[in-house]
Amino acid sequence: MALDDTKTKDFKFVGTRPERPDGVDKVTGRAKFGADMTAPGMLHGAILRSPHAHARILSIDTSKAEALKGVKAVVTRADFSTNPTFGPGLTGEPWNVLENVMAGEKALYDGHAVAAVAATSALIARDALKLIDVTYEVLDHVTDVDKAMAEGAPVIREGAADKSVPAGMHPNVVRYHDSGHGDVEAGFAEADLVLENSFKTEATHQGYIEPHACLGSLGNDGKGELWCTTQGHWYAQKMCAALLGLETSQLRVTASEIGGGFGGKTTVFIEPVALALSRKANKPVKIVMSRSEVFRATGPTASTSMDIKIGMKKDGTITAASGVFRLQGGAFPGAPCEFTAMCAFAPYALENVHQIGYDVMSNRPKQAAYRAPGSPMAAFAVESVIDDLCKELGLDPIDVRLKNASHKGTKASFGPRFDDIGLVETLEAAKAHEHYNTPLKEGQGRGISCGFWFNHGGETAVSLALSEDGTAQISVGTPDIGGSRASMALMAAEELGIPYEHIRCTVADTATLGYNEISHGSRVTYASGLATIKAAKDAVNKLCKRAAQKWGIPEDAVKWEDGCAVPSGANAGDFDPLPLAKITANMGATGGPIVGHFEATPEGAGVSFATHIVDAEVDHETGKTKIVRYTVVQDAGKAIHPTYVEGQFQGGAAQGIGWALNEEYIYGDDGRLQNAGFLDYRIPLASDLPMIDTVIVEVANPGHPYGVRGVGETSICPPLAAIANAVSAAAGVRMRELPMSPPRIVAALKAAQDG
Amino acid sequence: MVKVHLWSGLRSLVDGQDAVEVQASTVGDILRGLVKLYPGLEGPIEAGVSVAVDGKIIANDLTTPVTTESEIYLMQKLRGG
Repeated sequence: MALDDTKTKDFKFVGTRPERPDGVDKVTGRAKFGADMTAPGMLHGAILRSPHAHARILSIDTSKAEALKGVKAVVTRADFSTNPTFGPGLTGEPWNVLENVMAGEKALYDGHAVAAVAATSALIARDALKLIDVTYEVLDHVTDVDKAMAEGAPVIREGAADKSVPAGMHPNVVRYHDSGHGDVEAGFAEADLVLENSFKTEATHQGYIEPHACLGSLGNDGKGELWCTTQGHWYAQKMCAALLGLETSQLRVTASEIGGGFGGKTTVFIEPVALALSRKANKPVKIVMSRSEVFRATGPTASTSMDIKIGMKKDGTITAASGVFRLQGGAFPGAPCEFTAMCAFAPYALENVHQIGYDVMSNRPKQAAYRAPGSPMAAFAVESVIDDLCKELGLDPIDVRLKNASHKGTKASFGPRFDDIGLVETLEAAKAHEHYNTPLKEGQGRGISCGFWFNHGGETAVSLALSEDGTAQISVGTPDIGGSRASMALMAAEELGIPYEHIRCTVADTATLGYNEISHGSRVTYASGLATIKAAKDAVNKLCKRAAQKWGIPEDAVKWEDGCAVPSGANAGDFDPLPLAKITANMGATGGPIVGHFEATPEGAGVSFATHIVDAEVDHETGKTKIVRYTVVQDAGKAIHPTYVEGQFQGGAAQGIGWALNEEYIYGDDGRLQNAGFLDYRIPLASDLPMIDTVIVEVANPGHPYGVRGVGETSICPPLAAIANAVSAAAGVRMRELPMSPPRIVAALKAAQDG
Repeated sequence: MVKVHLWSGLRSLVDGQDAVEVQASTVGDILRGLVKLYPGLEGPIEAGVSVAVDGKIIANDLTTPVTTESEIYLMQKLRGG
């Protein structure tokens, strides 16, 4: 998309920190989240889930449940579409989503849905689940990525592999990625030191505080309404329609306020089930997941097993790098192995680089996106090896990264050349930061890491309607998962020249705008922001036209300045500035409502880099770690609302601290998840976290009118590695497996002591 | 003709080549041309690809222009969080 009118300085509203528009609603309880909606005659849904990691479903007898007083409907796989298809580009995935939403011939993981009930109360619905008689034939299972690839591993689904997979691999390997350039063997031969090591990371959950919840209403006429907590309600509309055999436009979906998503709410789980129950019972049906269900049956990230080899000269020049990345994404294709591979070495300008990725199926829940899917794990492995190389060669870790850093024109490890990027600027800011120049205390270790993410644009539609009193309302289609309503209002204020407080931004339903892609890929401030700017410009053009009509001069003789139409020059005539509110006051009589629109697929998202600095302490007796200082330095392109940008930086670091130190899916020998709750799955508490300092670097993205780059995901790319480098330094032993929980640290210390 | 670099998982579908040439003036031309020359690519392309044109990753827009001088890489389509 050609950008003909960019603006990167002299902002009046952009870059300020006004109050968030949803703050009062959220602290007073007025905000309506997924579980807050009700409807007359509403039923409550509950879902029966497999207790087995892998089992053939021989029969399901629902007769006793159906006979229970208060039960109005029971559904199984037979109540969904037999041929879910829609649009090009997603062949196969609707089937996978359906198979995950409701099991077919086999239960593929502990927690896999096999039937559902709608009843007049939540209690009756849960009681009815106990009356459903499922006969299983329990099968062998596998939950570890390396074991799932090994000879003799149980096959999750025969024939699931695509054509990319080399011959001879286990059927559980379903996709293969291989990329790079140069000659890595020649590069390793040039190195003064070559290090090679293996790393593992466990699956972690996105850990959003709001469980999945929805209220669905679907009649036998094929018309329906759905209210749900989601990152993408057009996707929910499209997918539910496909899974239930509906016309897409007959299902209107409204996104609730959302209590966190982080990628985990980019798909559907309970929504098609609520609609299927509603269609059968002819009543609205509400389903709210328990926390245990969220852990057992919604997407965690992939777990990984990785091998990294890097060669370096004594001066810090990296001569070659290679990596093998094995990801298990549960019982379905889709683990982001190609992104793990492509992101792994992206921060560095390498002549010789080679990366391989494997997407592996196992008996775990279907993985879902989690902030920069696949990238944080790659950084953990790669940046750990770089750290060891720096230590062995006696080199400063930031100097080495600067020496090898990618910059504009670098041929990326994944192929194309970079445009304007800000990695060097983040490294220079980190090196100059007081944190990096403050000596460590006794027993502390410091870690550095860089991180990379692609960012995304996607289909976007925005409408901006002016009111008679001179205020404005923006309708966007991207659920607000990170403060986007404030950012949209700031960008519209900049274009319209009216105060931020006079603009309200609303997340519209699927009947109001054209298709909007999910809020994912750090795309919202970039793409919806670009569309908001363009919609505001469209409205401004219409305002100028009204002024021209009033003044009796040509349209191109009017321009917009500080919220007013003004003559564009001395020859245009002598007219007083005409404020926006003066034009809108009687717009009904001068041509009708004034509304600006923009619909497009912006394609200039611009990639993003970050550098993190972490100080950690380790109790050598108990293995307990403490993060004592943390600084995030990241390129935001242009920070529209800096407080939200800082919040994204801090949130990525906080989630990274959990991922690095404590969070993990723990499976028993029986393939059942052992820690499906926040008591046993430990996310960081406020008391676990230091103040996370932030530095916003601004290297303008040429693909956005104000230079914006997405910031929501890159912030979680460096933490695993930066924390591992800090903890390893403090412990005096290299930690190569996440999480670095106390038992694992104690074991590593003991192993080091035992030699 | 424009030169299109492929990720190596696709090479078995194009007689082992790591780059192929197609007649194209837009991203859409490239994708149509690839499928016409190498029908085996239809599946991966329909499953979702991005096209990097001179470093800019085009995820959707088939109208993006390309020239014989463009540096073009076929990439797997992004799924973000």
